[in-house]
Amino acid sequence: MDFSHSDDRRMLADTLARFISDRADPMARSKLADTTPGYDPAVWAGFAELGAIGALFSPDHGGFGGGGFDIMVVFEALGRGLVAAPFLSSLMAGRILAAAGRGAELEALITGEHTVAFAHDESAAGYDRATVATRAERKGDGWVLSGKKSVIRDAEGADLLVTARTSGAEDDPGGLSLFLVTSGTPGVSLDAYPCVDGGRAAEVALYAVTLPATALIGAEGVGGALISDAMAAGTLALCAEALGLMEVIRETTIEFLRTRVQFGEPIGRNQALQHRMATVLLEIEQARSAVINAAAALDRAGPDTERVLSAAKYTIGKTGTFVAEEAIQLHGGIGMTWELAMTHFAKRLVLINHQLGDEDYHLARYIALGQAA
Amino acid sequence: MDLEFTPAEEAFRNDVREFFSAEVPARFSEKIRLGQHLSKAEQEEWHAILDRKGWLVPNWPVEWGGTGWSVVERYIVDLESSLANAPRALPFGINMLAPVLLKYGSEAQKAHWLPRIKDGSDWWCQGYSEPGAGSDLAALKTRAIREGDEYVVNGQKTWTTLGQHATMMFALVRTGQSERRQEGISFLLIDMGSPGIEVRPIITLDGGHEVNEVFFSDVRVPVANLVGEENRGWTYAKYLLTHERTGMASVGASTAALRWLRTIAASARRGGKPLLDDPLFAARLARAEIELGNLSTTALRVVAAVAGGGAPGAESSMLKIKGTELRQDISALTRRALGPNALPFMPEALEEGFNGEEVGPEGAAAVTPQYFNLRKLSIYGGSNEIQKNIISKMILQL
Repeated sequence: MDFSHSDDRRMLADTLARFISDRADPMARSKLADTTPGYDPAVWAGFAELGAIGALFSPDHGGFGGGGFDIMVVFEALGRGLVAAPFLSSLMAGRILAAAGRGAELEALITGEHTVAFAHDESAAGYDRATVATRAERKGDGWVLSGKKSVIRDAEGADLLVTARTSGAEDDPGGLSLFLVTSGTPGVSLDAYPCVDGGRAAEVALYAVTLPATALIGAEGVGGALISDAMAAGTLALCAEALGLMEVIRETTIEFLRTRVQFGEPIGRNQALQHRMATVLLEIEQARSAVINAAAALDRAGPDTERVLSAAKYTIGKTGTFVAEEAIQLHGGIGMTWELAMTHFAKRLVLINHQLGDEDYHLARYIALGQAA
Repeated sequence: MDLEFTPAEEAFRNDVREFFSAEVPARFSEKIRLGQHLSKAEQEEWHAILDRKGWLVPNWPVEWGGTGWSVVERYIVDLESSLANAPRALPFGINMLAPVLLKYGSEAQKAHWLPRIKDGSDWWCQGYSEPGAGSDLAALKTRAIREGDEYVVNGQKTWTTLGQHATMMFALVRTGQSERRQEGISFLLIDMGSPGIEVRPIITLDGGHEVNEVFFSDVRVPVANLVGEENRGWTYAKYLLTHERTGMASVGASTAALRWLRTIAASARRGGKPLLDDPLFAARLARAEIELGNLSTTALRVVAAVAGGGAPGAESSMLKIKGTELRQDISALTRRALGPNALPFMPEALEEGFNGEEVGPEGAAAVTPQYFNLRKLSIYGGSNEIQKNIISKMILQL
């Protein structure tokens, strides 16, 4: 039993923290959301150079990490800095490219030469992972894609890793395939917008997009397993990012309680506020345990892995929202302002609940997986 | 990062599991499983079994009969003991008094009292709380006035757990007056058979008799029974309270309780369907299970930190709060699972030799009383609000 990170991971965390504090101002995130592509490409290139993207992939795939705890370290650091950068897209798309043996494309992703967005979600699906109406049909040697993808993060200027149905009904877990659609392919149109939590997303329309045979990633009709694996890693990443956000919110709020004076004394002398803060603190530690469990489960790749991941995402969804709401309340009026960095951390924290399934979705999934076992 | 026990720890865990499965008498584990009470004789029998194995006083120094277990090994034993529905060794002599004697007692006191704790000659109870001194323990008023070779004790203690069986009490008494209330308190060992002691039962809201009031009128205690120095008792008691507050996460107990909840729920039906298939109930159960998975890792993190030389501070408060809340939550769910069968009050079903009919599934009679009894978890050992004060003090430093 050892709950400390390895020396390598500690070094990675330190290096990332230094880079982030030098180059990625948390307050820049909401400003960048109004510009294409929603993050600073120079900072992204810096991350690539630092090896932060490579840390998400195993040495077999050209990276130097790829374990659950590598993902945890990187995303916790990103959360602490409220960093705007396409890490989640890269992790999910990259894992699919790696599993499908697409070394060249993955290398371009790790070096930062190309970004790849994971274009899976559709507006009718909610959090349901199998609901995909976008279709791909064979045409000659190649394929034709038609459909609509919704709230796709980091899509502008990126290649798109699109999930499409090659057989089955709209909610059939089988019959899914993956296609790499390079940026600028005719028939793809993007309607991009900023997100409440910073960063940008887009509605992606695919009108009879013609693709060569090589665009198919992995074999036809077996995309489901690749998608699941990407979502497992993505779920862990979001949980770890949330943990980083919560740490900063906790530190900021404690400092506020210590320094904000009302009625002639720091407001932190009030027991009503002290107990709320103490509860925030202990819930964050429970959330940290959930993330540790999730990281270990991803590496174990055992029969309970998906269930542990859902337990973690449920915990993070519930606790993240609680921590964000408490922090805003404890800050009082200033907690309502755009100028306070903490509120941007709080918004991201709440909205992490809306990516890859919220607490209700994951609680239901946790129960269903238990009944199936 | 490695969440697994080492191979050596796993081997130890197997030995521990084998011991409990072979050596816990079935009539004991059945009683624990069904929430029934162990008699005084049964409790003493269990202590003797543990002592024969050499496991009764694991935390003592090896020369006094301790096992020399690491923090992790202690955690494993705690866990496996709960999972096996083994009775707990009573903590009063073993884990509350002994550490104080070992640190502050005279050689003569150690040589006399420690073996008697081990062989069961004495049954100890704790004399700390008073009607006016609960969370604010330093407000205690029970007075001991020295007359020659004796102290004369007058006053009242309360919440004395299993005091009805006790032959000895370790007590905090006021021996001096001082500006600081914490000064002037002494740590005294009192023979419960002394003239002038009266033990009155306190019946708790579940109908059980676990705690007592103890009255002292002109009780004479030999000066030889003073531990450490006169008026320094507060220091010793504080040392003891840190011992009382470790291991409060109760991961093993909650795991066993959750297993029991599943058993009860499996036999219940709602709207013609198994209760376990009811989405609202399933959600409550799943939340408790997830909380337990998180808490288990939090507890292991603290164990690992302590094993690495760290001292648990805010962490033990955190474990106490989350551990007791979860344990209470599970017992509330068990009560809910019973539906109308939670209503019948049959205290006789919890006692030795009951052969009447219970209403509802086996063990149902204990569920509601236990739910009410376990409200104590968030009150004793420093109430959860006191724990939050401790956490606040550490993090806010105001």
